[in-house]
Amino acid sequence: MTEEIIIAGFGGQGVLSMGKILAYSGIMQEQEVSWMPSYGPEMRGGTANVTVILSDEKIASPVINNFDTCVILNQQSMDKFESAVKPGGYLLYDPNGITKHPTRTDIKIYSIEGAKAAAEMGNTKVFNMIILGAYLKMRPIVKMENVIAGLKKSLPERYHKLIPLNQEALEKGMDNLVEK
Amino acid sequence: MGEFKLMKGNEAFAEGLIRSGADGYFGYPITPQSEVIEYLMAEEPHKRTGMVVLQAESEVAAINMVYGGAATGKRVATSSSSPGISLKLEGISYMAGAELPGVILNVVRGGPGLGTIQPSQADYNQAVKGGGHGDYNLLVLAPASVQEMYDFAGLGMELAFKYRTPVMVLSDGVIGQMMEKVILSEQVTRLTDEEIYAKYGDWATVGRTNGRERNIITSLHLKSEKMEAHNHKLAAKYKEMAEEEIRFEEFETEDAEYLLVAFGSSARISQNAVKIARAKGIKVGLLRPITLFPFPKARLNELADQVKGMLSVEMNMGQMVDDVRLAVNGKIKVEHFGRVGGIIPTSDEIVEALEQKIIGG
Repeated sequence: MTEEIIIAGFGGQGVLSMGKILAYSGIMQEQEVSWMPSYGPEMRGGTANVTVILSDEKIASPVINNFDTCVILNQQSMDKFESAVKPGGYLLYDPNGITKHPTRTDIKIYSIEGAKAAAEMGNTKVFNMIILGAYLKMRPIVKMENVIAGLKKSLPERYHKLIPLNQEALEKGMDNLVEK
Repeated sequence: MGEFKLMKGNEAFAEGLIRSGADGYFGYPITPQSEVIEYLMAEEPHKRTGMVVLQAESEVAAINMVYGGAATGKRVATSSSSPGISLKLEGISYMAGAELPGVILNVVRGGPGLGTIQPSQADYNQAVKGGGHGDYNLLVLAPASVQEMYDFAGLGMELAFKYRTPVMVLSDGVIGQMMEKVILSEQVTRLTDEEIYAKYGDWATVGRTNGRERNIITSLHLKSEKMEAHNHKLAAKYKEMAEEEIRFEEFETEDAEYLLVAFGSSARISQNAVKIARAKGIKVGLLRPITLFPFPKARLNELADQVKGMLSVEMNMGQMVDDVRLAVNGKIKVEHFGRVGGIIPTSDEIVEALEQKIIGG
């Protein structure tokens, strides 16, 4: 199995760390992984995206142009990456701030009101974990226990107390996934 | 699986330095390699192994700290990205002249000048053909994975001391910034001063305690005969490297009719291109030079008897292609394909270039 994913949005949305946790989750189930970021010089506000590959085989190129799944979190990324989903692939997006919704009919399209769900949880920082939860509901390629193990491995010990909150956010994302 | 970590290439190089028993790192931040010094500062290796980490006031200061550390037999390193490496070149030439070991990492970005912070391989000629002044070569290692960024920190230091020469690890923004799983090795204990004395005391300036001749570290030889003899000594060393240290990797070359030649991140993308081309029925293989100096000339010359043409894939306007052509020596067609400015070539573009420039051309 190989899953090639791009997660694209604004800097500050937690795009890169969401990709990192997904990559760590893949390692926890003994898969090969790569995580390749692309971002401008801005720390916040600019566009940021990360390509994550999980595979049972050695990964040749970490840089790819077509994806099994695109996770899209702003309009610029929608403009750029809707066409990059492989036919039969998946597109997951947060409709918040999206003015031009995806129109392709040869791919499976899902949405998640991530920003809204984070506001409901009273914590905008868990936005990316809600998105990750929705992604994993749509593409159950890693088990929840491996995501938690991945979180443990990627977070410094002093933040391990936040793992239950992150798990709650993952579940919130899973519950709020909408098939289009 | 042993101890492992998901790391960026830059972080892996830093951890590789610590674990391979480096004594010091002197650096100055620049994108896209700043994670090296950030990681080392956060990790505080002086608590783990006693390794010194210092942010110098400039790139020029950092390379001269490396010169000083190396002169005392210490295992020291620095890192930068393209414009910063240009600043270090004076010091690198002096190290080569004074026969000082040390590891210099270049996480290449686009140029010339300040260029762009995006990935590039435009410093191939600078790394392989000298860069600084005078007749010298660096031993150049080109990592193509995060694991190799980790491994080459230690391997580079080992080779630097074996030949008493500066070693460059020529990486790029892709390999530096991406994360992959790294299998970590056991911590190597740093050498004590006594061990350095016993091992390198015949050349390092470790203090003259036993009445031996003074050790002088210098690149200055004002007498022409002495300078000429020194140039010959260096050349003999480079010849020995060319005989002993060539490293490369091949993919699907057994039945290949065409060959891609690529290093670093271009080699990773070219691996995908090989798969795509083979699915189309084109028998293509890939040779990835791991050492750029010394260059795997003999193997390429041998492959030139087997394949009909070679495409050198590089993120520059065509630099390594000259070395491929020299290796092939006119036997077959050799062309270059590259994207520049921080644009990373796609596997499809590589296959298209192969079809147009080599197969159809």
